[in-house]
Amino acid sequence: MADQIFKKIYLKVWRQKNAVSKGRFEKYTVENISSGLSFLEMLDILNNQLIEENKDPIAFDHDCREGICGACSLYINGRPHGPDDEVTTCQLHMRKFNDGDTITVEPWRAGAFPVIKDLIVDRNAFEKILQAGGFISVNTGGVPDANAIPVSPDDAEEAMDAAACIGCGACVAACKNSSAMLFVSAKVSHLMKLPQGKPEAKRRVLSMMAKMDELGFGSCSNTGACEAECPKKISITNIARLNREFLKAKFSE
Amino acid sequence: MSFISSDMRILESGAPEVPLADKWATHKADLRVVSPANKRKLDIIVVGTGLAGASAAASLAELGYNVKAFCYQDSPRRAHSISAQGGINAAKNYQNDNDSVFRLFYDTIKGGDFRAREASVYRLAEISPNIIDQCVAQGVPFGREYGGLLANRSFGGAQVSRTFFARGQTGQQLLLGAYQALNRQIAAKRVKMFSRHEMLDLVIIDGKARGIITRDLVTGEIMRFGAHSVVIATGGYGNVFYLSTNAMGSNGSAVWQCYKKGAYFANPCFVQIHPTCIPVHGEQQSKLTLMSESLRNDGRVWVPKNKADAEKLRKGEITPSDIPDTDRDFYLERRYPSYGNLVPRDVASRAAKERCDAGYGVNPEGKAVFLDFKYSIESMGRGYISTRYGNLFQMYEKITDVDPYKEPMMIYPAIHYTMGGSWVDYNLMTTIPGLYSVGEANFSDHGANRLGASALMQGLADGYFILPYTIGEYLADEIQTPPTDTDSPEFENAEMTVRERIKRLFSIQGTRPVDYFHKKLGHIMWDYVGMSRNAEGLTKAISLIREIREEFWKDVRITGEEDNLNPELEKALRVADFSEMAELIATDALERKESCGGHFREESVTEEGEAKRDDLNFSSVLCWEYMGEGEKPELHREDLAFENVILSQRSYK
Repeated sequence: MADQIFKKIYLKVWRQKNAVSKGRFEKYTVENISSGLSFLEMLDILNNQLIEENKDPIAFDHDCREGICGACSLYINGRPHGPDDEVTTCQLHMRKFNDGDTITVEPWRAGAFPVIKDLIVDRNAFEKILQAGGFISVNTGGVPDANAIPVSPDDAEEAMDAAACIGCGACVAACKNSSAMLFVSAKVSHLMKLPQGKPEAKRRVLSMMAKMDELGFGSCSNTGACEAECPKKISITNIARLNREFLKAKFSE
Repeated sequence: MSFISSDMRILESGAPEVPLADKWATHKADLRVVSPANKRKLDIIVVGTGLAGASAAASLAELGYNVKAFCYQDSPRRAHSISAQGGINAAKNYQNDNDSVFRLFYDTIKGGDFRAREASVYRLAEISPNIIDQCVAQGVPFGREYGGLLANRSFGGAQVSRTFFARGQTGQQLLLGAYQALNRQIAAKRVKMFSRHEMLDLVIIDGKARGIITRDLVTGEIMRFGAHSVVIATGGYGNVFYLSTNAMGSNGSAVWQCYKKGAYFANPCFVQIHPTCIPVHGEQQSKLTLMSESLRNDGRVWVPKNKADAEKLRKGEITPSDIPDTDRDFYLERRYPSYGNLVPRDVASRAAKERCDAGYGVNPEGKAVFLDFKYSIESMGRGYISTRYGNLFQMYEKITDVDPYKEPMMIYPAIHYTMGGSWVDYNLMTTIPGLYSVGEANFSDHGANRLGASALMQGLADGYFILPYTIGEYLADEIQTPPTDTDSPEFENAEMTVRERIKRLFSIQGTRPVDYFHKKLGHIMWDYVGMSRNAEGLTKAISLIREIREEFWKDVRITGEEDNLNPELEKALRVADFSEMAELIATDALERKESCGGHFREESVTEEGEAKRDDLNFSSVLCWEYMGEGEKPELHREDLAFENVILSQRSYK
């Protein structure tokens, strides 16, 4: 489809100098924006405009710009990653908006993800959860031949579905309780679906859940908002699996 | 050589002089090891946490070394290895199609157009099966057959199926495997992780790499870190071209800092241009997106046979489906019947450019060819395609707003990977003692053209299985060396230089943002140092690059603060380095007066228009030594001896 040129796009963007200062919305206008641009390319244009006006450009996380690194994390018009399904912010395109629209851009809002600057949040809590047990304890070397461990394609596919998580945090941002259950369940499912991950499945689930609670993420109340906003469509059936695994592990303690 | 100055050094790899298949085993037996008690006393810095860096950091920590790892992203999981799509090669011969270590070695040497080191490539092929074993043990969910065993696909430049994959997200899954191993070591307090930290200089004491200067990207704090050895794993420098498939933050600065401190830069002009990327769209585009090479397994590349049809396509008067099969030119199948759509990347890229330059391009800009899945969908069904490439098709549709199940994809070549990098010996050590370079950051195994699915293999081979052994050879002599004193004058000086550079950038207060210069630099590089190069263009490029560099240092404007998170400053530091690196790339391209792999000199072509090597004069690695600002770098070389393959004009016909 041919690109349109939007004469004006109005933006309300969250600006916050650093973690301790108070933030506020600032209003900006960008002109002559092609509908074929990505949302972040539109922000690039705004930023260069701000530099020309001698102002501090808007800070936002981004890197691969092809939807896989999980860095980008904008809350656009009340939705994590904005008004398109199964995309990260970097893959959101301006064609999803109309000429003259006012677009509100915020960082992820969650107690466990404090704002560092403007639209950038600290997602180190996710790192800590994974460090608590999101791995299989094997050292380099001394492992069996890859085909010595047959895995049914169905299990491999389910493990892959869960492993597709990019750790962006949209699930937490979408959840009214700021719960990290979808994120945790994705890693627990990925590893427990494979025979290699089974030996330490119990220890893993208990340790990751404890860390998640410790870091101040909320509880899951099954609204399903996380799955709806997940750019990789990680299913909440993983949460059911996590709960089952957790209970099993608790009872066998 | 076109000129041999008296100062030219001939570099030696240090691989043992025994038969090829025995080299690594012999070398390993000769390498010294450091006892567990002594490993605990030794500190290693690893910069970059992609496949090579994360695997190295985790493996070194498992061995007992104290590791400090650094990345500019907020998490090691975001390193650009994550974007690799199609797969990883390994000589497992699970398909019984007569694959072997030798065949993978040979394909890689040939694919690299005979410009890689035999010993290193053979070792890579030899180690490749272990990588798959390791990844499976870590829980990488590779694609499987019904019986539960691992599945394979084919990739360019090979006639066997040896590529292992996790859907179209192989890089992601392998990186998560390495990241999980790294996380386990972070939890065990064997690795101290510094995310959102960028290396800004290398510190050398008594001729040895002993530490780095970093900037905390959140607070702006300039910090000093000492160690007994430094490992660079910061990837490639493809972003010198501005538009590339690299991540926005991917940069060559660490490699460049090492170059300026004495690590020779090898083959900087060997840059890979990937044939299947989504074409450039307008002037405001920030990056290019790759469509995996694996798509060439099932997609057919074509342009119209008639120029008139191409013109109508460009104007939007007809659609691809209006062109009957008989009027389609499947030019790869026509020119290269035995490899067809699976020719190596450099060959496929040039063939696409040739058709577009001849007026057969199919998008409004005339710079795109079709990659068509109609035929596979007809014969094997939509389900077959969506299982294999579902995520790629979705990505294509989100970006272009075109459904590739219904219409062919439009693709065009783009900068993707850099084969050049820090020169390393057989131990992966640079010309600076104690400084190692792994993964894309080094120059090693891919010669003048990397085969698809080989980057992941090399990164992990370096990090899991080579460096953990070879670094012991150096560190065995360092067990008496106390922890590095970061108050030493060397650290003081390095920190001061970094601070002055930052101050200088802020003080310019020019009129233009960093992007302006980066884009301009990229245009010059693409036009004169891109897919097709000649002496006149390269000479012109060098003077244009100098002009931009000058303009940058006069007119760049950095807003924001020094002691706060400041992405503009980060970009400025990287682009300043790119503007120097660009000149070295062009200089190297000018020096190498032959065509080979991705380096295509118009002065050196066969009658059929293919790259023509000059083995007599250029069967070598060109290595550049920094001689100071404004000075011409000194040229050295490593001669490549081919004892196990016969040098031949590469043919995929």
